[in-house]
Amino acid sequence: MTSQSRLDAWWPPIAFGLVFLAGWEAIVRVFDIQEFLLPRPTSIVAALRTEWAGEVGPGRITNLREAGWETGKVAVLGLVLGVVLGALLAFITTRFRLLRESFTPLAVIANATPIVALAPIFNAWFGITGIASNVGVVVVVVFFPVFINVARGLVEVEPNQLELMRSYAATPGTILRQVRIPNALPFFTTALRLAAPLSVIAAIVAEYFGGPTNRLGPVITQNASFSRYDNAWAAIVVASGLGLALFAIALAIERAVNPGRAPIEAS
Amino acid sequence: MNAVQVRQCDMTFNAGAANQVQALKGIDLTVEGGEFVSLIGPSGCGKSTLLRLIGDLITPTAGNLEVFGKSAAQARIDRDYGMAFQQAGLFDWRKVAANIALPLELMGWSRSDRSARTAEMLQLVKLDEFGDHYPWELSGGMQQRVAIARALSFSPRLLLMDEPFGALDEMTREHMQSELLRIYEDLGTTIVFVTHSISEAVYLSSRVIVLSPRPGRIHSIIDVDLGHRSEGVRESAEFFKRTTEIRAALRAVEEAG
Repeated sequence: MTSQSRLDAWWPPIAFGLVFLAGWEAIVRVFDIQEFLLPRPTSIVAALRTEWAGEVGPGRITNLREAGWETGKVAVLGLVLGVVLGALLAFITTRFRLLRESFTPLAVIANATPIVALAPIFNAWFGITGIASNVGVVVVVVFFPVFINVARGLVEVEPNQLELMRSYAATPGTILRQVRIPNALPFFTTALRLAAPLSVIAAIVAEYFGGPTNRLGPVITQNASFSRYDNAWAAIVVASGLGLALFAIALAIERAVNPGRAPIEAS
Repeated sequence: MNAVQVRQCDMTFNAGAANQVQALKGIDLTVEGGEFVSLIGPSGCGKSTLLRLIGDLITPTAGNLEVFGKSAAQARIDRDYGMAFQQAGLFDWRKVAANIALPLELMGWSRSDRSARTAEMLQLVKLDEFGDHYPWELSGGMQQRVAIARALSFSPRLLLMDEPFGALDEMTREHMQSELLRIYEDLGTTIVFVTHSISEAVYLSSRVIVLSPRPGRIHSIIDVDLGHRSEGVRESAEFFKRTTEIRAALRAVEEAG
């Protein structure tokens, strides 16, 4: 892609974003909307600046840099564990047909269960003082898309390609290395791209239900309960930045691993 | 020595189950070394099944099958088979040259031997320029040529082809047929070729086996002697005669079924 066409691809969303923010600012000012209902973007930016490295003490509950960092740790730790676990279990279950047939329906049912329902229970299991409970929620959320997609990639190989490998008298190990794993790689990176922003969502939702307070989740709820909506929005901006950053990393990995290929639709 | 010797082979899928299907019954077939034999018949006649039996991708439920005087399984372990299918079945994540080199890699060839042979094969299928491309960057016909190059790369003694040109347009198809014959004459391998095109079978083969369906049996065997294939062969009297003969056989098969 040339720098010119890259520019052509970038300017519409940037222009739209600026118009959107300007419109927001204008509407709040013109209609005199109360800041506790909808703060102006400029107020949010101001809150972002004052609260970024704020001193936490009486009357001050927000240190966005620390909260973002701590929530980021929960999200990334959960993401990594969930990805490793999902991929590992995909390998094991696809290796043994019986295991696959008995485990996959269970995984699908579990996947349809809203994790929000799990958060309080995880708090009871793993305690609310540490991060284990929150990380646990992230792991569960990340696990399923990775597991289901990697398993699909390992199994859904062109029959002709397997026949070909058989005609070369290739061992199951060779077929795994030469066919199944490379075939599953784009499925894996697609799942990673889905799971990366999910991990941030899961971390924050889990934090709403308990755990240490110097996190984005509690920062949002507490500021909201003190009607400091500018601070709450600033925390949301940080959360969104975190999600975007992880998404960008996942996208970069996807591009690097699958040169020139179109991404595969995830299930 | 005979390349392939099939004696009284039956193939039944899902034997004993409610959805049991007898795909082949009492097949007797001998393919001599260096022969080009085509299998033709209506869909469901078991021609692909017979090809897969010979290639030890499936095992006959009855009968005896030898390839180069040994069991089909042994021939497979000895890497006597080169295979090509209707889908090129190239590996998307490998460049063209690496696709051709895959069987060599599995057979433990050294890196330098591999690249020398791959270059040779690319030249053979006239894709010298394309070794460094990914398969999806190539047209269907070019992909099929890569698949054939891959099948030939390790000089297998027996080439098994299942409608390899079935997905190609008429022009590309005729071009590929000529290419295959040129390669066949150059290398002197034995080829068993499944097709549902009468003209393709006649143009390529020294012998055409007509199969009848339900269960698959050999209906007739037609010898073709076109000599060296030149451009005019498709208009020759022998070509016309054999085409008519096979068409009649296929019609008889259809009416019987």
